[in-house]
Amino acid sequence: MASVKQPTPFRVVGKAHRKVDATAKVTGVTRFADDLFLPRMLFAKLLRSPHPHARIVSIDTSKASALPGVKATLTGKDLPIPFGILPVSQDEHALALDKVRFVGDPVAAVAATSEEAATEALDLITVEYEVLRPFPDALDAVEHPEPTIHDYADAGNIHKLIDLEFGDVEATFAQADLVREDLFFFEGNTHLPMEQHAAVADWSTDGKLTLWSATQTPHYVHRALAKVLELPAARIRVIACPNGGAFGGKSDPFSHEIVVAKLAMITGRPVKITLTREEVFYCHRGRHPTLMWVKTGVTQDGAITGMHFKSLLDGGGYGSYGVASTYYTGALQTVTYHVPRYKFQGARAFTNKPPCGPKRGHGTPQPRFALEVHLDKIAEQLGMDPAELRLKHLVPPNSLTANWLRIGTMGLGPCIEKVVRGSEWNQRFKQLPYGKGIGLACSSYITGAGLPIYWNAMPHSGVQLKCDRGGGVTVFCGSTEIGQGSDSILATIVAEVLGLHPFDIAVVTGDTDLTPVDLGSYSSRVTLMTGNAAIQAAERARDVIALHAGKKLETPIERVTFAEGRVFDVQDPERGLTFAEAVQLAEAAEGTIGTVGSYTPAPSAGKYRGAGVGPSPAYSYSACVAEVDVDPATGIVRVPKIWIAHDVGRAINATTVMGQIEGSVYMGLGEALMEEMAYRGNRNVVHKIPSLLEYKSPTTLEMCDVVTYVVEDPDPNGPFGAKECGQGPLLPVPPAVANAVYDAVGVRIDEVPITPEKVFKALRRKEKGEPPRFGPAAFPDIPWPAPTRVPPPWEGGDGKAVPLTPGASPGIPIGSHPGLGPGVRKR
Amino acid sequence: MAPPDAKTKIALELNGEAVEVAFAPHKTLLEVVREDLGLTGTKHGCELGECGTCTVLLDGTPVLSCLVLGLACAGRRVKTVEGMAERGTLHPLQEAFAELGAAQCGYCTPAFLLAAEALLAATACPSRDEIKQALSGNLCRCTGYLKIYEAVELAAARMRGEDAQPAPETLYGVR
Repeated sequence: MASVKQPTPFRVVGKAHRKVDATAKVTGVTRFADDLFLPRMLFAKLLRSPHPHARIVSIDTSKASALPGVKATLTGKDLPIPFGILPVSQDEHALALDKVRFVGDPVAAVAATSEEAATEALDLITVEYEVLRPFPDALDAVEHPEPTIHDYADAGNIHKLIDLEFGDVEATFAQADLVREDLFFFEGNTHLPMEQHAAVADWSTDGKLTLWSATQTPHYVHRALAKVLELPAARIRVIACPNGGAFGGKSDPFSHEIVVAKLAMITGRPVKITLTREEVFYCHRGRHPTLMWVKTGVTQDGAITGMHFKSLLDGGGYGSYGVASTYYTGALQTVTYHVPRYKFQGARAFTNKPPCGPKRGHGTPQPRFALEVHLDKIAEQLGMDPAELRLKHLVPPNSLTANWLRIGTMGLGPCIEKVVRGSEWNQRFKQLPYGKGIGLACSSYITGAGLPIYWNAMPHSGVQLKCDRGGGVTVFCGSTEIGQGSDSILATIVAEVLGLHPFDIAVVTGDTDLTPVDLGSYSSRVTLMTGNAAIQAAERARDVIALHAGKKLETPIERVTFAEGRVFDVQDPERGLTFAEAVQLAEAAEGTIGTVGSYTPAPSAGKYRGAGVGPSPAYSYSACVAEVDVDPATGIVRVPKIWIAHDVGRAINATTVMGQIEGSVYMGLGEALMEEMAYRGNRNVVHKIPSLLEYKSPTTLEMCDVVTYVVEDPDPNGPFGAKECGQGPLLPVPPAVANAVYDAVGVRIDEVPITPEKVFKALRRKEKGEPPRFGPAAFPDIPWPAPTRVPPPWEGGDGKAVPLTPGASPGIPIGSHPGLGPGVRKR
Repeated sequence: MAPPDAKTKIALELNGEAVEVAFAPHKTLLEVVREDLGLTGTKHGCELGECGTCTVLLDGTPVLSCLVLGLACAGRRVKTVEGMAERGTLHPLQEAFAELGAAQCGYCTPAFLLAAEALLAATACPSRDEIKQALSGNLCRCTGYLKIYEAVELAAARMRGEDAQPAPETLYGVR
């Protein structure tokens, strides 16, 4: 069938639209999980461990069961099958089976006729614990392999060890003009969605289970429920309610989801659970506290000759996404500035704290902070402007990196130029009065993970599309609306292809009974992957409709155009039909008009173990300049203004792009200045501040002004060229603030958050003539495994690992191959 | 003597209508509104008075409904987000929030709308700093507050009768 032309310029894509769910949200009509009230509904509560590390000797629920109003109790024995988001770390139980691994680990559950009765019943459950040695942080876990927190790990209490080598970096250091080593620490922080997690389960006596949940990943919850409850997946329906904020914190299958399902099955009644805010802190899965060491060789003009990066992640009590997070701390160092040779060693320790996982930027804000501050120091040592250094050594578009990531479009150059011009960088950097400073940093992020979480050959996103004879169109897709605007993306894209308005499109999402699988709202994948699937489905519908409209209009199909709710001859626009009339013709001829679309990313270029983390269909780019006021008397840092430029490929909906960029800057600012998950290491590893008051996040009074530059360089892999914008713009904010603090008062804060105490201490050290710095002092000895050696593309590799042959390292062809770029030469 | 959780009935004005509602006396206004009056537009983020998400207007003043006893509202005027749109027409604040994307996940939105409505009732032309102060008790994790400020300013201008439109850089950034 001849293809129908897409009218250009776009009619819908790229405009500022109100979101399709905006009215529901401003009228309070949107139904979040806790807004569901079903007849005869019971309320569940979880009893949580008061110990960070203990063996469960016995649990007695008999008194709780006898309390009036209590309908069921559960312990770990009732749900003995383990689960976890990654196939390699199925290490969680819905309720602790034999051990607890952090203060807040769920141990028992109650369902009762009221929340009050359920809460009272928790107090009647007696648990006898045998307390074990707790591990408060990653260093302690590395130093002490016994007792083990889990019975599986790469070494002692080190959950995961990675050693990847892309060329011989040591040789490049010998040849560099400058070799610099730095240590950094990025404190853990949490998502803090305004909505507390909630879930409602309903069990029908015909053997069907329905779960409504505040989840970003209904498909993965579906799989976990089927596994743990031993039910056929076909009998389970998971409905992702709109999420009241998520940011990665609702992308694991959780204890409470499985528990309410089981309680509903036992009681035959609907069961709801809504976590308290304190419990949300225990669910966590947030940013891993990460200690980092980086060593980079550069030439006089700032070209990187080689980089060696080490990270140690504090994983908390369970695996969660942690193996992926660990790889991510080493994956994206190579996608911004050309790194000809690269070595990454990463370790993740189990500790007795709530599990860490994916928070906005997943594993990459920490190394990005390290890399961008490290480069700022290198630029200073070389006497180069930090913006110039970066601009001179950008990764070229359409290239492979040393670790075999395939770069497509690359808009970082224009991003840097925009923030430099907008902030008057050249007139202000190093020229502001003491106490005022500006700093620059850049970043990149994936537009969707190239591989699914469990290995399979099926599409990552599916879309079904139904055309109604009344002219309406319904899109069915498993994607999950978490506030980022994914429902609107589907409506906008389908409207563009079919010549309709986004409000003509009904959107049905996140329901495993109704919608084809989309893997979930994580890794900034939804716009690109569901968008491409939606384009395919919509184009298939358009082609069928065009065929029959063309016949009726006696117009060649290639001239049949869809716009403004009409289907017409592009050379004679008067000659046309309404969209509804065209659908009716197609339906009369073909039967019901429904189409499908799918999206699967292209295979990654890297073929080595670990190559699954980092590949993406497209990389977004951001550049940021932060302005700071530092009070030398108190160390208080205020950020009045941030300039951010983001290469989004193409904006599908300008309104949501602006919202995602500004929201990312906000969250990055919070991480830079104040947000931290703090525990009393010496007092039972209790979370210091599990409340919205004491966990400091920016209010209206701390949020800065933001100047946003949207850079559009359409990427061939993105729907209409779109790349991500929901995570990447967070990444450059913490290092830009750190670099600005140095410009303001001449002290390096190599640790996030940049709190007044740290700035004050560094200023005191400076006064005393000590190194003007606050940050970690050492990286521990880690029992690294034998490295996986993968020659970079320009050293004759094919993306596969090569056998270890000691001493067989190739020569250093610096300056002799194109991969190094023009600025690198042997000295 | 009645048991401690025996329901007590009160009368109040809810979104301009007289209502009677019976509930256990320990319940907060938040719980009464959501559970006994069935208006789930009012949300909660902590139930401890820390986040502002449960803001409603009590006699025109923003209050944290999680810290107000339901019984304390007898005979008083309560306004929730459900009372903002009139006869199917959005309040100018709701219109501006929708237009500018000031509601992303929408969870904190009802509270911001009501806090902003109280501000605009007192100050027809608030400065940016006055808006920040008035909304400083409400947390939002999605927007970074910027679109919320711009939406309040846009709605305020329209409520003053101006034919205000958002600036291009508000919608599209600097190109």
